[in-house]
Formats: sequence, C-alpha cells, structure tokens
Amino acid sequence: MDILRVVLLASLIICAVSVSLSRNLLTSVVIYMAFSLTMTSIWLLLKSPDLAITEAAVGADVTSILFFVTLKKIHSIQTEEKEEDDEQAESKL
Amino acid sequence: MSKPNPNYKGSTWDKVTRWVKGTYDPADGRLESTPPKNRLSPGERAERMLREYDQSRFEEGVAKQIGAFQVVSRIFFVLMALFMVIVLLYTVSFLPAFGDPASPVNNEVSQRYIEQGLEETGAVNIVAGMILDYRAFDTFGESCVLFVALCCVTILLRADRKDEIRLRNREDHEDQYYEPEEDNILQQAAKLLVPLIIIFGVYVVLNGHISPGGGFSGGAIIGTGLILHLTAFGVQRTRRFMNERVIKTLTVCALTFYCFAKSYSFYTGANGLESIITTGTPGAILSAGLIVYLNICVGIVVACTMYSFYILFRKGAI
Repeated sequence: MDILRVVLLASLIICAVSVSLSRNLLTSVVIYMAFSLTMTSIWLLLKSPDLAITEAAVGADVTSILFFVTLKKIHSIQTEEKEEDDEQAESKL
Repeated sequence: MSKPNPNYKGSTWDKVTRWVKGTYDPADGRLESTPPKNRLSPGERAERMLREYDQSRFEEGVAKQIGAFQVVSRIFFVLMALFMVIVLLYTVSFLPAFGDPASPVNNEVSQRYIEQGLEETGAVNIVAGMILDYRAFDTFGESCVLFVALCCVTILLRADRKDEIRLRNREDHEDQYYEPEEDNILQQAAKLLVPLIIIFGVYVVLNGHISPGGGFSGGAIIGTGLILHLTAFGVQRTRRFMNERVIKTLTVCALTFYCFAKSYSFYTGANGLESIITTGTPGAILSAGLIVYLNICVGIVVACTMYSFYILFRKGAI
C-alpha cells in the first residue's frame, strides 16, 4: 500500500511539472486528465469515495471537455489537414 | 436694463465672447506660423526613409533587444519559482502531520457530526448529512453560484446578433466538415453507454444519503452522459428533450424548491417548532428528511449547468 501511495504521489508531481513544460496545449490538457485520474485514486486511498467520484466526474471529464472545446474555439488544436497545409506552405517557401 | 459699458469693445470679456463665438483667435498674429524651410513633402520623406531603411540592421536590433529581455525574464522566472517553492514548503512544514489525532481539525464540531449526525439527520452517509443538513445554506450558495455562472456564460457566448450569423454559419459548416454527421462507431458506443451513464448518475443522486456520492457528483455524471449524447447524435436530436425552456424551468424550479424547503426546515428547526419532516429509518431510500429531495435539486442544477456550458461553448445557443 505504501509503495502504491508513493508511486501515485510521484506521478502527481511528474504530471504537474510536465503540464507546465509541454509545448502543445492539447498535450497539456491530456496530462491534466491523467493528473485528475491519479488524484481520484489518491482520494480512494484516503478513504473519501465522495471526493473520488466528484474528482473523476468533474476533474477528468467535464473540465477537460470544456478545455477541448475552448481550444477548438480559439483555433488552437492543430488538425491533420492543417498540418499538411502548413508543411506544403513551408516546402513552397 | 443695465447701461452699456463704453469701454466694452476691446475688453477681456468682449474677447472671450468673440473667442467662444469663433470670430477671434487670441494666437492670431502673435505666434510664429511661417513653415520651416526645406521641409520635405510626405512623398519625399517616405522615399528618403525607404532609401535609408536597412532590413538586416532593423532585425539585428530587434533580435538584440528580444535576446536581452529573454535572458532577464528567464532569470526572474527562475527566482520567482524558487521563492514560491521555498515559501510553500516552509508553510507546509507547519501543517499538522497526516492522521494526527491532536490536529486542530479534530475539534468538537467534527466530533458532534460523527457521533450524532446519523441520529439528527438520518443520513447514513455523514458527508451528505453535513453538506445538505447542517450546512445546507452553503450548498444553496454553491448551486446559486453555478446558476450565476451559467447566466454569465450565456451572456458572453450567446450569438444571436445579426452580424454574427454569417460567422456562426461558417463555424457550423466547419463543424460538419471535421465531424461527420453519422459517425457509426461513436453512435453505436453512445447507444450503449448513454443510458448506462445516466442511470448511474441517477443512482448516485438518489443514493446520496446512503452511499458515497450526492447531488454534485451525480449531476456531473448525468451532464457527461448528455454531452456524449450531443456529440454522437447531433444538436437537433438532443434539443428535442433538452432545449432552452426545459433547462430554464428545471433550474429555476430546483433552486426555488431548495430555497423554500430549506427555509421551512431552518425556520422550524431554529424555533423548536413541530416539523413535518422526519428523519425516517436510516438506510431506507426515502429517509433522512429533506436530503433526498435537496440532492435531486442540486443534481438537476449541476447536470443542466454542465450540459449548457458545453453546448454554449460549442454552438453559442442552448
């Protein structure tokens, strides 16, 4: 149990640092989801299933979906076709 | 009628009056207004600037400035981060140890909740008893915050102005382009998952006072199910049962019922009056007084809010 706890806490720190270090916003949101899921397991270990359910539903689900929609709204998600367009434009230059 | 002043013409007041009317300029004849010699016309000036302009020198200067700024700002970022890390770690070192029975959190309040919560509220899940009975007023405030947030998002993102219709149409077109209307895999998966998710959410809401869960988490789960339905089957089919009127009615009714029910319970409880609300048998689904109904209200508000946030961000209208 102690090993599991240490692993979970370490992965929390890794997630938190890598969110701020990743260049791509989409990657950041996905890492943030991983952070929330780890947090869910930690709440379960701390015997607070109420918080675990809420964290899984709100932290990992709804917040990330809203982040995705916002990124799409501000045209920050790079789609495949757009990448191809960019590459073509670069090769022309 | 007063006598006209013989010295009126040329007096200060006369000048002021004429200045206001626009027939007198105090700077007239006093300021040097001859144009400077060998002044260049705008066209000549632009030509000269073009001749003297050197792209590489300009870029060099900008790069030098940006480089210096980046070095300084990086040093400051690192210093700031180190400062915050040290302050926070120092603060953490003063917190009581995890699981310490002598920590200040373990006072008579939590002791009373744990010892007499089941008896006083009738909720097996002490957390539900706390947030919806002892501290129901807080939860009412939280639900209202969600409602206000929904109103603000509606005001910010709603697109019903005429000049935005063209933009909206273009975005809808893009949506259809990137997301095929009939995504078979998603639709089959959603057919299986949406009922399960929504039933699980209803279960979590209804059993809030018996098992872990409650209005907020259950409402969030139901909202997720609705969002999945919207993504899989499109706006038109979801709008049949979740349109603006339904959401408005549900949210306002839930908040009003919460307000009146809890006011009644606070009024009778605080004044020691006879109340029709009983705690019932702990563990039964219809027990624990108002907690079941309040959980349902909170669940409705949260589910509607989550779903409306999503659709407002996506489409700009509920």
